[in-house]
Amino acid sequence: MTGEYETVEHDVLVIGAGGAGLRAAIEAASTGVRVGLVCKSLLGKAHTVMAEGGVAAAMGNVDDRDDWKVHFADTMRGGQYINNWRMAELHAREAGARVNELEAWGALFDRTPDGRILQRNFGGHKYPRLAHVGDRTGLEMIRTLQDHGIHQGIDIHMEVTIVALLTDGGRVCGAFGYDRERGRFHVYKAAAVVMATGGIGRAFKITSNSWEYTGDGHALAYDAGAALQDMEFVQFHPTGMIWPPSVRGILVTEGVRGEGGILKNNQGKRFMFDNIPDNYKSSTADNLEEGWKYVTGDKNSRRPPELLTRDHVARMIMREVKEGRGSPHGGVFLDIAWIKEHIPNAAEHIKRKLPSMYHQFMQLAGIDITKEAMEIGPTTHYVMGGIRVDGDTQMSTVPGLFACGEVAAGLHGANRLGGNSLSDLIVFGQRAGEHAAKFAKANKKYTIDPAQADNAARAALAPFDRTTTADGPFQVQEALQETMHANVGIVRNDADLRSALATINTLREKAANVAVRGNRNYNPGWNTALDLPSLLTVSEALTRAAIAREESRGGHFREDKPDKDPAFGTFNFVITKGADGEMQLKREQIPEMPANLKAIIEENK
Amino acid sequence: MTHQPLPIQRGFGETLRRDLWWVSPLIVFLSFSAFLVYGTWAAFQNAYYTYGPYLSPFYSPEIWGDSHWALLGPKPGWWPTYVPFSPALLILPIPGLFRFTCYYYRGAYYKGFWADPANCAVGEARKVYRGEKPMPNALQNLHRYSMYLVLVVMAFLAYDAWEAFWWLDMGGNVHFGAGLGTVIMWANLVLLSGYTFGCHSVRHIVGGFKDRLSGQPIRAACYSGCSRLNAKHGSWARWSMFSVGFTDIYIRLCAMGYITDWRIF
Amino acid sequence: MDASSALPTENTREQTFRLWRGERDEGEFQDFKATVTDGMVVLDVVLQIQAEQANDLACRWNCKAGKCGSCSAEVNGKPKLMCMTRLDQLPANEPVTVEPMRAFPHVKDLVTDVSWNFEQKMKVAKFQPRAPDAPDGTWRMQQADVDRVQEFRKCIECFLCQDVCHVLRDHHKHDEFIGPRFITYVAALEMHPLDTADRIPALKEEHGVGFCNITKCCTEVCPEHIQITDNAIIPLKERVVDQFYDPVGKLVKIFSRRSTNT
Ligand SMILES: Cc1cc2nc3c(=O)[nH]c(=O)nc-3n(C[C@H](O)[C@H](O)[C@H](O)COP(=O)(O)OP(=O)(O)OC[C@H]3O[C@@H](n4cnc5c(N)ncnc54)[C@H](O)[C@@H]3O)c2cc1C
Ligand code: SF4
Ligand code: SF4
Ligand code: FES
Ligand code: FES
Repeated sequence: MTGEYETVEHDVLVIGAGGAGLRAAIEAASTGVRVGLVCKSLLGKAHTVMAEGGVAAAMGNVDDRDDWKVHFADTMRGGQYINNWRMAELHAREAGARVNELEAWGALFDRTPDGRILQRNFGGHKYPRLAHVGDRTGLEMIRTLQDHGIHQGIDIHMEVTIVALLTDGGRVCGAFGYDRERGRFHVYKAAAVVMATGGIGRAFKITSNSWEYTGDGHALAYDAGAALQDMEFVQFHPTGMIWPPSVRGILVTEGVRGEGGILKNNQGKRFMFDNIPDNYKSSTADNLEEGWKYVTGDKNSRRPPELLTRDHVARMIMREVKEGRGSPHGGVFLDIAWIKEHIPNAAEHIKRKLPSMYHQFMQLAGIDITKEAMEIGPTTHYVMGGIRVDGDTQMSTVPGLFACGEVAAGLHGANRLGGNSLSDLIVFGQRAGEHAAKFAKANKKYTIDPAQADNAARAALAPFDRTTTADGPFQVQEALQETMHANVGIVRNDADLRSALATINTLREKAANVAVRGNRNYNPGWNTALDLPSLLTVSEALTRAAIAREESRGGHFREDKPDKDPAFGTFNFVITKGADGEMQLKREQIPEMPANLKAIIEENK
Repeated sequence: MTHQPLPIQRGFGETLRRDLWWVSPLIVFLSFSAFLVYGTWAAFQNAYYTYGPYLSPFYSPEIWGDSHWALLGPKPGWWPTYVPFSPALLILPIPGLFRFTCYYYRGAYYKGFWADPANCAVGEARKVYRGEKPMPNALQNLHRYSMYLVLVVMAFLAYDAWEAFWWLDMGGNVHFGAGLGTVIMWANLVLLSGYTFGCHSVRHIVGGFKDRLSGQPIRAACYSGCSRLNAKHGSWARWSMFSVGFTDIYIRLCAMGYITDWRIF
Repeated sequence: MDASSALPTENTREQTFRLWRGERDEGEFQDFKATVTDGMVVLDVVLQIQAEQANDLACRWNCKAGKCGSCSAEVNGKPKLMCMTRLDQLPANEPVTVEPMRAFPHVKDLVTDVSWNFEQKMKVAKFQPRAPDAPDGTWRMQQADVDRVQEFRKCIECFLCQDVCHVLRDHHKHDEFIGPRFITYVAALEMHPLDTADRIPALKEEHGVGFCNITKCCTEVCPEHIQITDNAIIPLKERVVDQFYDPVGKLVKIFSRRSTNT
C-alpha cells in the first residue's frame, strides 16, 4: 500500500512550526542536513504568535543585579523544585544569547533609553527580565524565525497533520500524516524527528488555546514508546476574558499586571494582599504604595502580590468567586485604568504599552480598559508536563525522537513562570535541532515498515466507513472538555478525578464510533475525529498523574490534600505505554543537584 | 509552482457590499469637477482678481499683468495674439501639477474619475491595467519637482497675505488694517500650508529618506511635524482646494461690486 | 465600577447566515439558520454551524483574538477577520453573507489557497544587519527609530490587504506585483535601523510597486490598523524616486555624502 502515499525523505523532520520547531529546523539546517518542517496550520499561525508578555532572559539591561543564577533560582522556585535542574540551568545560561540572536535576524524589541533591549517585570521573576515588543512578543518572535527560516533551505509542508510516528526496532525513522487540503497521505522518512507540537489546551472547555492544541505530540510520542512526565501539572492562567460568552478563555496578558494592573473583588478590595505564601513573603510588597513603586521601576521596592506565581493568583481568584465576592459573570476585576491616579496621560500610556489588549477589549467586549476595569477569570493556558527528555540533548526515551518547546517536560517543574516559555522555545529548540542533526548523521540506516503506514491510514479512514448516528466528533470533544474542566481543573479531588477517568473511558468508545460526513478535502469534521485519540490519551495521562499526586504543588491543587508534601518533592511521575497497551505510571527519582546549583538556590532563597 | 485558477473577476460595480459605496467616489467626482470648471473659467477671466490689498491666489505670483502686483510689468509685446493671455494661466500649472500628481489626489481620482476601482472590493470595468509603472503614468513620479516649485509659490502667497494688512487710503497713505478678505486670505494660507507641508515628498526629504533620526533633533522635529500633517493629508487637500476657490470668489465678487468687503479695523 | 452596565445585553435571536459552500470552481451560497447573541462574532457562528449542522464546513482559524490572521473572509462583501467582526456591527434583520477571499484560488468553502503569498516573501532579499555596535555582538537602537518599523511588524499576515487590492483581486497581476502586504514587508526591512541591503531596484521592477495606484483599500481593511499606503507604500515610492527619477537630488546627495541607508 506504501506506493499510494506521497513519500519524501529528510534527515531531520521537525513536527510543529511554532517557536520551538522553527528554531530547531533552523539549527538543524545550519549543520547542512536536509530538514523538513510540518505544521497543522499555515506557517506563522502557531500558538507562539499569540504570546504576548515577553521572553525571559537574564540580560540585566534594566536591572544589572540580574544574572543567570537569579533566573535559575526563580525558575526552580516557581517549579517547586521538581524541575529538571539541568534544563533550568541551561535555560538560564543560554536565553540571553538566543534573544540577542533574534535581534541579529531582524527582531525589533522595545528599547531602553541607552538603546538596548528593554525588559519588563513579570510574575515570579525577581528582576525586570522579559524582553518584549508591546504585548505582541510572540508575533515578533515567530515572524523573525519564520522570515529567517525560509531562507535556510528548509522544506516546509503546511497544513499537514501527523497521525503516527514510524519506528524501526525501537528507534524513530519518520512520520505519517495527511494534508488538510486534499486528505492525501504522506510518508516522511527521517533519521531523526523533533517533536515541537505545543500543548493540550483543547482538552479543557475554557482555554486560551486553539483547535491545534490537542496534545498530538504527547500522544504520538507516547504511542511510539516515549515516556511522558509531570502530566498532572497544567497551568491555568489567572486572567482570561470571561464576557461576552464567546470570548471566554481568551488571554489577558500578565503584562497588564506588570504595567501596574491590580485585582479587585466586587467590594473593590485588593484581595491579593490577604494571602501571601511564606516562600514569597520576603519578596512581596505588603502595602499598596510599595507595589506601585515596584512596577514603576523602583529597585528598592518589592513586587505587588498580583505578580505572584500564576497558580497562586488563579486559586485566589477562584476563592473570591466561591465566597461570593466575584464579578457579575463569575470572575474578578482587573483594573489598569486606576494608574491615572499616579501618572498623567495614563490612557496614552496604556494604549502604547498594551495596544492589543486595548483593541481586544474594545472590539470584543466593548470595554475601554483605559477607563473601566476588565472582568477576568482563570483559563487553561499551558501544560508543564510532556515528553521526558535529556536535559542537554532533548532526546526522549526513544532513540532519534527529540522534543522541545511546550511538548517537552522538565524545565518548568510544577509551574511555569510567565515568559519562560518563549525562552524555552529558542534555547531548547536550538539544542534539539543541533542534536537531532547529529543523531541523523550518525544513524543514517533504517527501514520503513509499510505495515505501520497502512495501519495508520486504515485507522484514519475508518470514520468514513461508519454510519452510526451517535455523537459527532465535535460533540465528543465537547463532552471531554466539560469533564476535564469540571473534574481535572484548577481545584481537584480524588473522587472527581476518578469519575473523570471513567468518563474518559466511555468517551474513548464513543470516539471509536464517530462517523464523519463528506469527503477528505479540507474536512474539519474528519480532522477533529482524528484529533480525538490524542486528546483522550493526554486527558487520561493527566488524570492518572493527578490521582497519584496526593498533595498540592504548583499547578496541581487537591482540595482533599491542600498542602505540599515534601515526600512528593523528590521524584516525577512518569507515564509510559505498557506492553498490553495500558497506561503505566511510575515514579522517577530526581537526580541529586550539583553543589554549585544548590548553593545558588540557597543564596537566592 | 502551479496554481489553481483564480476566482472569476466581477463585473463593473458588482459587489456584495451593503453600504453606499458609490457615494464617496461620486462626491469626489462632483466636487473635483466643480473646482476644475470654476478654476478654468476664473483663470481665463484676466479681470477682477484684485481688490484693495487683496490678490486672488489663482493669480499669484503675477508674472506679467495689469495690476500693481505684476513682477515684470504688463503683458509683453511679443506675446502671440492667438495665445490667450491671463496671469493665472502662467502660474496655475504649478499648483495644478502639484495637485494632479499629489498622492492623495491620485488615489482619489483613480477611484472617482477612472473607477479603477470605483471603491474597495467593487468589480471593475477595465480588463487592462498598467498602474503607474510604465510611461506616461510613471511621470507621476515628478511630484517632487512640482513640490519644489510650489514651495516658491507658497512664499508669494505668504507675502500676499502679509500685504493684505496694508491698505491704501484716499490720501495715498498706507496703513495697517484688516478686512474679512484678510482673514480669508490668512485662512487660505494656513490651509495651503497644512496641505503643502504634509506632502509625502516634503516628509520624505526632511527625514523620511533616513532610517535613523535620533541624534538629529531638528530633522526629527521636522519629520514628526510633517508626519502629523500627513496623517490628515486628504482633509487638508480637500479643505485647501475649497479655500483657494473661495478666496478667489470672494475677491472677485468684491471687485465686481456684488458684495462689499467688511472692514474689521 | 459595575462592568455589566457597559456590556451588551444578551439578546438571543435567530439569524440567517449565507455561507459560500463548494470546492474550487464550483460553489454556491447556502443558507443556515443560527441562534445568536449580540456579543458573538462571525467566527463563533461559523464554528457553531460547523459543529451542529455541517461538520465538513471548511474554514481556518486559530487564536480567536485577531492575533494570528487565519480567519480572513469577506463578510457582507467586506474583507474582515471573522473572529473580530461582531454581529452587533452588522444589520440584524438581514442575512449575513460570508464568502472566501477573492484574490486567491478557491479550495473549499471559506478556505482559499494562499500559498502564493508565501512565495512572494521568498522573493524579497533577507535582512542584512550592519556589524554589531558593541563588542558583545549586540546593537544599540533608539526607541524613536524603532517605532516606525514596529508599526509594520504588527502585521499578522491575514492577507486581507492582498485580497482587497484591485491589482490582484481584479487585475490578477500576481506575477508582476507582490501586493501591499509584501511592500509593507519590504518597508520593514528597508527602514530597519540595522539593515544594509538595497531592495529599491527590485521593488521598482520585479516587485512592481508602480502597479499600486494608492487607492488605499489595503489600509482600509488592515485589522492591525497599519497605515500601509501612507507609511509603507508611498515612502517607498519616494525612495524609488530618489534612485530613479530625481537626478538633482542624487547629485546633491553625492556631493553632501549623505547616504540614505543607516
Ligand atoms: C494566548 C497565549 C499567550 C501566551 N503568552 C506567553 C508569554 O507572554 N510568554 C511566554 O513565554 N509564553 C507565553 N505563552 C505560551 C507560549 O506561547 C507557548 O507555550 C509556546 O508558544 C509554545 O510554542 P511551541 O513552539 O512549543 O508550540 P506552538 O507554537 O504551539 O506550535 C505548535 C506547532 O505544532 C504543530 N502541530 C501540532 N500538532 C501537530 C501534528 N499532529 N502534526 C503536525 N503539526 C502539528 C502546530 O501546527 C504548530 O505549528 C502564551 C500562550 C498563549 C496561548
Ligand atoms: S493602495 Fe495600492 S496596494 Fe493598497 S489596495 Fe490600493 S492599489 Fe493596492
Ligand atoms: S498588512 Fe494588515 S491587512 Fe495586510 S496582511 Fe498584514 S495585518 Fe493583514
Ligand atoms: S502628496 Fe499630496 S501634495 Fe505631495
Ligand atoms: S482566528 Fe486568529 S485572527 Fe481570527
